[in-house]
Amino acid sequence: MHPAPSLILFTTLSGLGFGLLAFLGVGLPSVTGWIAAVFFAIGFVLAGGGLAFSAFHLGHPERALKAFTQWRSSWLSREAWAASGTLGLMALFAAALVLGGLRIAPLGWLGALACLATVGVTSMIYASLRTVPRWHHWSTTAMFLGYALCGGALLAGQRWPALVLLALTGLGQFLAWKAGDARFAAAGSTTGTATGLGHLGQVRLFEPPHTGGSYLTREMVFVVARKHATKLRSIALILAFLVPLALLLLPDFHHLGAALAVLSHTLGVLAARWLFFAEAEHVVGLYYNRSAA
Amino acid sequence: MTDLPEKTERKLGLVIDLDTCVGCHACVIACKGWNTENYGAPLADADAYGTDPVGAFLNRIHTFEVQPDPREDGSLPPAQMFHLPKSCLHCDDAPCVTVCPTGASYKRVEDGIVLVNETDCIGCGLCAWACPYGAREMDPAEKVMKKCTLCVDRIYNDNLPEADRQPACVRTCPAGARHFGDLADPDSAVSRLVEARGGMDLMPEQGTKPVNKYLPPRPRDAEIDVLAPYLAPVDEHPKGFLGWLDRALGKL
Repeated sequence: MHPAPSLILFTTLSGLGFGLLAFLGVGLPSVTGWIAAVFFAIGFVLAGGGLAFSAFHLGHPERALKAFTQWRSSWLSREAWAASGTLGLMALFAAALVLGGLRIAPLGWLGALACLATVGVTSMIYASLRTVPRWHHWSTTAMFLGYALCGGALLAGQRWPALVLLALTGLGQFLAWKAGDARFAAAGSTTGTATGLGHLGQVRLFEPPHTGGSYLTREMVFVVARKHATKLRSIALILAFLVPLALLLLPDFHHLGAALAVLSHTLGVLAARWLFFAEAEHVVGLYYNRSAA
Repeated sequence: MTDLPEKTERKLGLVIDLDTCVGCHACVIACKGWNTENYGAPLADADAYGTDPVGAFLNRIHTFEVQPDPREDGSLPPAQMFHLPKSCLHCDDAPCVTVCPTGASYKRVEDGIVLVNETDCIGCGLCAWACPYGAREMDPAEKVMKKCTLCVDRIYNDNLPEADRQPACVRTCPAGARHFGDLADPDSAVSRLVEARGGMDLMPEQGTKPVNKYLPPRPRDAEIDVLAPYLAPVDEHPKGFLGWLDRALGKL
């Protein structure tokens, strides 16, 4: 799939933002006043900014409000409701805390749950697509939640939760990549089933329908340079997990270390998200002889 | 609503004969022409005369080569060539419809045609991702999703002569490889064709239940020998002028 910058930024930033808001909702750290205001501002800017980036992906962003109508069948529509509802809940919680000095704990807990639910719903936009076997799996949702919680823990300065979450999510990502590599073949679609000619022999594309590119080849038949995929995966793992883990384990861990850990983690997540899109093979590639390697 | 209808009254669709299609791309051009000049946003081309032209098409022809398995003696039978016209299959279980966040995509209850309401489309592209067949393309100029309408503005159009009230691709096909009709009616010409020829679905494992069917190629003769009687082996020992020529050339 085409790794559109708008979608990479959307999923990365909103994941970080909702992760931080989830931690703030349960009172980790239990801040008040100006410090709380700054924490919440970071959370809202990341989550809201990420959502704003998603609008750049639209051909007609001026009609974006129509996306609230089809929540009964569409995960994208549910995402619109979940994100705006969650931001509303957390805004109420933050206002009471910052302006009124009042911590409405049940509201915070509900907001934290809604934050995670929103990240889960975002992941379902991708995981629900049967046409992309690599995504069509529960591990897609697990990884989105893992990344959001890692980023949230780092941004919220929760050292020990962050250590545990980073270790688990890093391991999970490694395993998810390994399992994902085999999923296209396991899904059973081949050039033979795509053309219905498989019973006659070996089918291969002789002549594509068009000599140039098309929306389909640009959007869905994006092929990442495979010799770089392993390197990029290593870079993503190092930046997103190993560097923050090392920084968190430093004996005199403080603000500079925390900032560096967040920065490194964010860069790593961006690399991992680029791979999430670039490595995903769509079955329509079978009509273009460009399926999984 | 982007919920799919439980059942459609009719299932209008195409039956495409892979045995007959000659790969002339006339249907591609007829489709592009009709759908540029009629219902909906015109099918645009971008950079049409430049170095990197792209354009929206609702119907495209892929050509595949099939190499049959080796014979018992180990020799390879000749490879065969098939042209596969591909457009929206108007699936019963259309994943493109349910993912649409705005309700722009819908499947009609009365005839099963899958359409896009272009004034509701936000151009998110998720429906194109959800389609296994690459049937939907974003228009490069209008930024709304385009797809086969089964020429909904022809098939019910009383202003056209009756012979023209079928999709442009079917009307134009010079080989008679494309057929249009109601696949819910077991007695329709298309249903009988599907029955007689073993019509098949593309990528059935995707669970989309396509309405459009493809007729598989009929079995080919093991050896193509209609001309064999006229192609007797060349005489190994020619006489007369040819014999002299053969000997003279051999001595050179």
